[in-house]
Amino acid sequence: MDDLLREFLTETNESLDVVDVELVRFEQEPNNAKILDNIFRLVHTIKGTCGFLGLPRLEALAHAAETLMGKFRDGMAVTGEAVTLILSTIDRIKTLLDELERLQAEPEGEDRDLIDELERLVMAVAAAPAPAPMPESAPAIVPAVEPVAAAPADKPLGEPLGQGIGRALRPGEVSLDELERAFRETAPEPAPVKETAPAKSPASEPVARAKGGMAQTKAEKAAADRNAVPDADEQGHEAKVANQSIRVNVETLEHLMTMVSELVLTRNQLLEIVRRHEDSEFKVPLQRLSNVTAELQEGVMKTRMQPIGNAWQKLPRVVRDLANELNKQIELEMHGAETELDRQVLDLIKDPLTHMVRNSADHGLESTAERRAADKPEKGTIRLSAFHEGGHIIIEIADDGRGLNTDKIKAKVVANGLASEAEVEKMTEAQIHKYIFAPGFSTAAKVTSVSGRGVGMDVVRTNIDQIGGTIDVKSVIGEGSSFTIKIPLTLAIVSALIVEAAGDRFAIPQLSVIELVRAQTNSEHRIERIKDAPVLRLRNTLLPLIHLRTLLKIEGGVQSEPENGFIVVTQVGNQTFGIVVDGVFHTEEIVVKPMSSKLRHIAMFSGNTILGDGSVIMIIDPNGIARAVGSAATVRDEIGEGAEGQRTTVDQQTISLLVFRAGSPEPKAVPLSLVTRLEEVDSKKIELSNGRHLVQYRGHLMPLVLVNHSASVKSEGSQPLLVFSDVGRSMGLVVDEIVDIVEDRIEIEVASDTPGILGSAVIKGQATEILDVGHFLPLAFEDWFVRKESKRGVQPRTLLFVDDSAFFRNMLTPVLKAAGYQVTAVSSALDALELLKAGQTFDMVVTDIEMPEMNGFELAQAVRSEPHGTQMPIIALSSLTTPEAIERGREVGFHDYIAKFDRPGLIAALKQQAADMDQAA
Amino acid sequence: MNNANDNANLDVTEYVTVMINEQLFGLPIARVEDVFMPVRMTRVPLSAAEIAGVLNLRGRIVTAIDMRRRLGLDKREDSRPPMAIGIEFKGESYGLVIDSVGEVLKLSESAREVNPVNLDARLARVSAGIFRLDGKLLVVLDVDRVLDLGSETLAA
Repeated sequence: MDDLLREFLTETNESLDVVDVELVRFEQEPNNAKILDNIFRLVHTIKGTCGFLGLPRLEALAHAAETLMGKFRDGMAVTGEAVTLILSTIDRIKTLLDELERLQAEPEGEDRDLIDELERLVMAVAAAPAPAPMPESAPAIVPAVEPVAAAPADKPLGEPLGQGIGRALRPGEVSLDELERAFRETAPEPAPVKETAPAKSPASEPVARAKGGMAQTKAEKAAADRNAVPDADEQGHEAKVANQSIRVNVETLEHLMTMVSELVLTRNQLLEIVRRHEDSEFKVPLQRLSNVTAELQEGVMKTRMQPIGNAWQKLPRVVRDLANELNKQIELEMHGAETELDRQVLDLIKDPLTHMVRNSADHGLESTAERRAADKPEKGTIRLSAFHEGGHIIIEIADDGRGLNTDKIKAKVVANGLASEAEVEKMTEAQIHKYIFAPGFSTAAKVTSVSGRGVGMDVVRTNIDQIGGTIDVKSVIGEGSSFTIKIPLTLAIVSALIVEAAGDRFAIPQLSVIELVRAQTNSEHRIERIKDAPVLRLRNTLLPLIHLRTLLKIEGGVQSEPENGFIVVTQVGNQTFGIVVDGVFHTEEIVVKPMSSKLRHIAMFSGNTILGDGSVIMIIDPNGIARAVGSAATVRDEIGEGAEGQRTTVDQQTISLLVFRAGSPEPKAVPLSLVTRLEEVDSKKIELSNGRHLVQYRGHLMPLVLVNHSASVKSEGSQPLLVFSDVGRSMGLVVDEIVDIVEDRIEIEVASDTPGILGSAVIKGQATEILDVGHFLPLAFEDWFVRKESKRGVQPRTLLFVDDSAFFRNMLTPVLKAAGYQVTAVSSALDALELLKAGQTFDMVVTDIEMPEMNGFELAQAVRSEPHGTQMPIIALSSLTTPEAIERGREVGFHDYIAKFDRPGLIAALKQQAADMDQAA
Repeated sequence: MNNANDNANLDVTEYVTVMINEQLFGLPIARVEDVFMPVRMTRVPLSAAEIAGVLNLRGRIVTAIDMRRRLGLDKREDSRPPMAIGIEFKGESYGLVIDSVGEVLKLSESAREVNPVNLDARLARVSAGIFRLDGKLLVVLDVDRVLDLGSETLAA
C-alpha cells in the first residue's frame, strides 16, 4: 500500500476515535467551545487530507458534517438528533476507510442520504436562525462580524475571497461567515500561535497542499490553523510529545519480544550452568548480561504497554447510543484509563469489556421509571476502573442498577439442567451468581438487540480464561453489580511456581496461588480423608484437595505419604482448592509458549515453557483444574461451604452433618459446624490420669470423652477423635470411626431420654442418633460452663427462644442454658406472642426468621408494639444472612443478627446484650 | 543402489529412509528439517498415546511422536537410543521418533506404486505408496497424515 495512504488511514482512524469520544462529551456540555473546536479541527483535517488524496466521497461526507458542526459554533442548539447524525456520518466514514484499506481505492457510491440529512439540518438552521440555547446571542453574531473583518490582521488573507459568491458552496469551500469567525475567535490570543504553529504543521500541511490551486487555499489554511488555536496550549503540548515518538510496526515489536524471550531463556540456561561451577570466570560478565537482559526485557515490555484507555475509547459512544436506544439515562465514569498493560492483552479484553458495559447498560441498569420508583437517581451510573495490583491489572465494571436476580438465575440454572433443584438450594448466592458465566446462559427474558442473545458472559469468561485471567461477580439486589476482572499484565512472561509431581516438574502461574501449606502427619495441617476424598482443614474451612499426580494420571518419582505433601492453595474465581504436589522448588519467570495444536485439547495445561536447565515443562491451567475439582468434588465443596456456616440462601435447613459410629453400630451424627477438627491420635499416646483419658494436643492436655459407657478408647492403632473447642479449651470425643459427611435436612423424629442424645433422625435413609454436644462439654471440664456463669453474675437471665425446628430448639437450648440463661423454648411466633401477652417477661428474645404463619420480622414488629417489648433485646437467628435481610432486621428492631450455625457468635451477641443491659441498669 | 536416477532426473525425489520395527520407510527430503537424537523428553500427561513427549530443540519446543505407537507396533526391545526426524507442520515443530535413520535414496516417482490392498490398515493410513527396492519394500510416509492424529483417534 502507498505509504501516504497508510499514514492517512492510521491518522484518520485515530482522529475519528477522538471525534467519537469528544462528540459524546460535547453533547453533554454543549457550551464547551474547546471541545467543539477540537472536533471541528479534526474533521476539518480529515476533509482536507481527503481532498488532497483525491477521495471525493470521504471529502463530501466530512464537509457536510463539518458544515453542520459549524452551525453549532454559530450557536445552533446541540440536539441529540444532530449529534446522532454526525456520529452516523463518522461511522460511514469509518466504513469507507475500511473499504479503502481493503481495496486500496475509495469504493464507488454515493452518500446522498446522509449528506441530504446533514444539509437539511443546516438549512433548517438557516431558515430559522438559532433559536436555542442562547437566543439572545445568536443575532449578536452578525453585527459582530463587521468590526472584526475590518481589523487589519485579516486584510491580506481575506482579500482573495469574493464577497458573496452567489452559489452554493462546494465541498471544501468555506463560507465567508465561517472564515471571519475563525479570525474573530483567534484574534484575542495571537501570542501562542507562533509557538505552536510548528508543532501543528504536520497535520495542516496536507490540507494546504490539498487545496493548491484553488482560490480559497490561503484563507482555508489560515482558518484551519487558527481553528486550532483556542486549545493551542493543550494541543501544542501533545503535538510536541508526538514529535518525539515514532510509529513502529506491531510485527517488529512482536519479533523483538520473541527474541528477548529467547534471550531470557538463554540467560537462564547460562545461569544454570554457572551455578554448577563454583569458581567460574564467567560469573561476573554473566551477572552483567543477566542485568542487561532484565533491563532489555523490561524495555521491550514497555514498548508493548498501552493505556487501557485505548480499549475504553469506544465506550462513551457505545453507552450514548445504548442510552438512546434503551431510553435510559446513563453516565459512564472511567477511572484509571492511564493504567498500562500489554497490547496483546489489551486486544483480547477489548471485546469482553465492551460486551460487559453493554450488559450493564442493558440488563444492569433499570429504566428511568423503575429507578424513580426505587428512589434512586434517574441517571444510572456505570463505573469502569482499572488499577495495578502486583503483576496484574484489575478491571472493575460496576453499575448501580438492579443487581443480579438470584431467583431468576436459580430458575434458569434448573431449567437449563446445569444443576438440580436440590443442588441449587444448597448453594450460596455467590455460587448461584457464578452461573451467569456458564455456557449458553442468559436470563434476559426478552432478547434485545443490545445483549441477551444467549452468548454473553460465557464468551466473556472464555476470553478472560484464555489469557489466564479470572472474573468474579458481586451483586446486591437493588444496589447493583460489580464485575472484577483480574488479568496478568502480559502474557508472554509470567511468574510461576515450579512444583514436582510424580517426578515431573510443572509450573503453576502465581496469579492463582494464594498460599503454600506443608501438610504432615501430626502437624497442624494434615490431609484428612472424608470417604476417600482428601480434604484439608485450613482456618476452619474444609478445602477440597486434588492430587496432581492423580489428576494427570501420572506415576513415578517419590510419592509422598498420603497425609503428607505440599498443598498449593489455589483460587479460581470463587472456588478455592488445594493442589497436592510432591515437592515445591521455587518461583521463576517463565516465557509462555503455546501448546502444540496436538496437545491443546488438554484442559489441564495452558502452555509450556523451557526452564533454565533447558528442559520443557507444562504450565498448569488453574481454570482446568478448577473444573476438574468442581466436577469430581461437588460434595466436598458443599462440605466446605457448610463448615463455614455461612449459607446465605434459604436452604430449608439442610446442614452438613458428620456421621460417625461410637459405642454402638448405629450411626450417630453431629452438625459439622460444631466440630472444630477431626483428629486421629496414636492410641499409645492416650494417657489415663485420675480416671480420665487425656491426650497431649497442641501443647496442652486435652480431655477425652466417651459417648456412652459401652464406648471405649482403642487400645492400639490410631484413635479417631472429634475435637470441640470453645474459648481456648478443647475436648476430644472418642469415636470408633468417621463414616461420612452428609448434607441433609434433619427433623428429629424420636426424642431421646438418653443423656447426650437429642433424638433420632433419618439421615440418608438411616436412623441416626443426633448428638447433643452441649451435654459432653461439661463432662470434659466440670467448670466448662460454670466458668462462664460465674463471670456473668449470679442472677440467671431469662430468655425466650423461638424456632419452629425441633432440631434447633433441641440443639441450641442446652447451649443457651449452658451460657447461663433460663430458657423458654417455643415452636412458633404466635406461641411466643401469647406468652408475652400473658404478662411473662423475658430479658431477651432469640428468634428464628423463617417460620410458618408468622416470621421473625413480623414477630419482632409485634413485640415492639407490646408495652414491655419496646426495649427488649431481640436477636435474630437465621440461615438467611444476606445484607438485605440484616438491614431489614435492623429496621424492624433486631439488636443483632446471627447466622444459625454461628454458636460462638450467638454467645458473643448474648454477652453483648447482657453487658448493655447491665450498663443501662 | 537403484537405476532410477539414471533414466529420469526430473521425476526423482529424494527420500530420507528410516527403520521402524525392521520396516523401511521413506520421507520426502523436502519435508525433513532435522535429524536429531531425542533427549530430555518431557512426557505430557493426558495426551494421546502417540505423543512421546515434548523436548527442547535449540530453543524450540518440539512435539515428539512415537512412530511405533502411531503404527500400532509394540515397544522396542533393544536398548539402542532412538532417533527422530524433525518436521514442520502448520508452523509447529514435530519430531517423529523412529528406530534408526538410514541413507538418502533418490527414487523415481514413476516407480512409486499405490498401496497394495493387503497392506496393514494402520500402515496404509499413513502411506503414500510404496517402492520396490532390491529385496525389500520402502513405504513412503505421508507426513501430513502421520500428524493427523485427531481424526485417527476417532476412527480407531
